[in-house]
Amino acid sequence: MRALADYTLEPGADGAATLAFRGPMVVWGVGPMDRKLRALQDKIAKVDLTGVECMDTVGAWTAWRVARDNQAEIVGGTPEANKLIEAVKASAGKGEIRPSRGSIVERVPETVGMMVSGLGQGTLAVIEFLGTIVMAIGTVFRHPRRFRTKALIHQVELVGVSSLGIIGLMSFLIGIVVAQQGAVQLQQFGAEIYTINLTGRLCMRELGVLMTAIMVAGRSGSAFAAQIGTMKLTEEVDAMRTIGVSPIEALVLPRILAAVLMMPLLGFYSAVVAIVGGAFVGNFALDIPFWTFLARIQEVVPIHDVWVALVKAPVFGLIIGLAGCYQGMQVKANAEEVGLRTTSAVVMAIFMVIVLDAFFAVFFTKVGWA
Amino acid sequence: MTDAIALPDGALDLNLDEFTGDYPIKVHGLKNAFGDQVIHDGLDLEVRKGEILGVVGGSGTGKSVLMRSIIGLQIPVEGDIEVLGRSITGAQEDDDIDIRSRWGVLFQGGALFSTLTVAENVEVPLKEFFPEISPELMHEIARYKVVLSGLPEGATAKYPAELSGGMKKRAGLARALALDPELLFLDEPTAGLDPIGAAAFDSLIVELKQALELTVFLITHDLDTLYEICDRIAVLADGKVIAVGTIPELLATDHPWIQEYFNGPRGRAAKDTKDRLDAGRAQVATAKAVDSTAWAKA
Repeated sequence: MRALADYTLEPGADGAATLAFRGPMVVWGVGPMDRKLRALQDKIAKVDLTGVECMDTVGAWTAWRVARDNQAEIVGGTPEANKLIEAVKASAGKGEIRPSRGSIVERVPETVGMMVSGLGQGTLAVIEFLGTIVMAIGTVFRHPRRFRTKALIHQVELVGVSSLGIIGLMSFLIGIVVAQQGAVQLQQFGAEIYTINLTGRLCMRELGVLMTAIMVAGRSGSAFAAQIGTMKLTEEVDAMRTIGVSPIEALVLPRILAAVLMMPLLGFYSAVVAIVGGAFVGNFALDIPFWTFLARIQEVVPIHDVWVALVKAPVFGLIIGLAGCYQGMQVKANAEEVGLRTTSAVVMAIFMVIVLDAFFAVFFTKVGWA
Repeated sequence: MTDAIALPDGALDLNLDEFTGDYPIKVHGLKNAFGDQVIHDGLDLEVRKGEILGVVGGSGTGKSVLMRSIIGLQIPVEGDIEVLGRSITGAQEDDDIDIRSRWGVLFQGGALFSTLTVAENVEVPLKEFFPEISPELMHEIARYKVVLSGLPEGATAKYPAELSGGMKKRAGLARALALDPELLFLDEPTAGLDPIGAAAFDSLIVELKQALELTVFLITHDLDTLYEICDRIAVLADGKVIAVGTIPELLATDHPWIQEYFNGPRGRAAKDTKDRLDAGRAQVATAKAVDSTAWAKA
C-alpha cells in the first residue's frame, strides 16, 4: 500500500491555526487528504511544509491553494518546493472545464428547433448533392477521359462480387423460410402446390431486391460513408481539390455508379437463389421434385415481376450510394462524427428504400403489372 | 485531529517505489522488423537519469518505432527493454500499469481525444490512475497544467478540433505532464511550430525538466532544439545507435552522416545562433545577478 500525505492543525494564539503538512505531497499521495482539507472550516494563518517528504506540482498546488484561500503564509519549504509553488501560482487558471450549456428549459426548445431546421436544410443539401452528381455526370459525358474506370471497377468488385457469398446465403435461407412457412398455411386448404407461386412471385418481385438493398446498405453504404468521412478528416479530399481532382468525380461517382449497376444484378441473383432455396424445401418437405418446382416457376411467375425488380433495384442502389457518399462528405469535426454519419447513412438508406418500395408496390399494381 | 487518512475502495494499488538507479531507460539488443523490413537490429541505448536525450536519425531509421518499443506499444522481435528498473518486453498488458503512471508521452500530432475538451483530456490520466482525487482538485490541476504548458487559460474548454497545430502540441504536453511523470517522451515536439513558438517550447521543456527533475526522451529534427536543450544526443542509423554523446563528442567522430548533419548549412546556422545566445547570456549574467527563483513563462 502506498504512503499518503496528511496534515496536523495546531491552534495558534488568536484563533488562527498553523496547518502542518507531512508525508508525500505528490499526485499519488494527496487525493484523500485534499478531500478532508476542503471540508476544514478553521482559520489558517500559516502553512508549514517542514514535514513534507517529497513534492510535485500537484502537492505544491494543494499547499498553495490552502494558503491562497486563507491568505496564509507558507513556511518551511525547501528551495525546490518554493520553486514549484511559484510555478503553479503563476499558472493558476480559471477556465471552464467544458463549454457551458444553458438550462434544460433553454436546451429542449433549442434542440427541437435545431432538429427541425436541420431536417429542412438536410433535405435541401441532399437535393443539392444530387444536383452536383448530375452535373458531374454531364462533365464526364463531355470529357469521357476524366471518367475513373479503375475506381469504378474496384468499387464494382467491393459492392458486387465480394458480397455474392453473404447475399447468396441470406437469400437461400429466406427462400427456405418463405416456402416452408407458406406451405404450412397452404396445406390447410390442400393447396400446397401454390407454395411455388408464393415463393416465386414474392422472391422475384419483392424480397430479392429488398433484402439485397438492406444488405448492400449495411455493407457498402456504411463503407462509403466511413471511407469518405475518414478522407475528409485527414484532409485527403481537400488535397484532391487543390490538385484539380474533383472529389465528386473521383470518389462519389464511382461508388454511386457501382451501387446502381450492381443492385439489379445482385437483386436478380438473390431472387434466383431464394427460389432455389424454396425448391429445396419443396423437394424434401412437400414431395414436389426439385426440377418440377423450377419448371413451374417459369409458368407461374409473370415476366413483368422480373421487370418490376429490375426497375426498382437501380433506384435503391442510387439511394444507398447517395446516402453513403452524402453523409461521408458531411464529416467535419472528429472521429466520433464518422461513426455517427455512418450510422445515419445506413438508417437513411434503409428507410428510404422501404418507403420507395411501398410506393413502387402501389404504382406497379395500378399500371397493370399485378 | 480528525479521522485517519486512508485510500477509498477502488483506488489502484500502484507500485510507486522510487527509482534509485542511474539509467531509467535501458535498451539492449533490440530488434524490430515489419515483415522482411528490419528496422532495428541489435540496438543498445541507455538514458541517464535527469538528462534530456535527443534522438536523431534520417527518415525511416526507426526513431518513432524505438519510442513505441520503449513505451510498450510495439512488441520487439528480440531484445530487452527496462524502464525504471522493470522489464517492458516481458510484461503483459496489465503488468506494467504502474510504470504507465510514471511516464508521459507526447505524440507527433498531439493525439488528443477528439471528443473531450482540453481540460478533460488532461483529467483522463488522473481519473484513470488516481480516482481518489476529488473533482475540484482534478479541475484545478487541469487548469494549471494547461497554463503551465503555455496555453491561454480559456483553452481548457476548447475541443481539439478548435485548436491550431501548435496549441494541440501544447495541450498534448499538458496531458503528458498530468501525472507529474518521471519520464517524458516527446516525438518531434517542435515540428510544425513557428520559430518563436518552437523556442518557447524548448525553454518550457528545460524549465519543466529542472522543476520536476524529469528525464526526457526527445525525438527531433530541430537542430536549434538539439543545440539549445539536449544534454546528449543519440544518432540512429543502420538499425543501431551509432553514437551517443554531446555535440562536440559527436563532431569528433568521423561518421559521414553525423558530419553532414551537424556541419551542413542548417547545422552551422544553429551552432552560430547558440554561440551568439550564449555570449549574450554571459553578458546578462555578469551585468546583474540572475534571480534563480524567477519562473519565466513560455
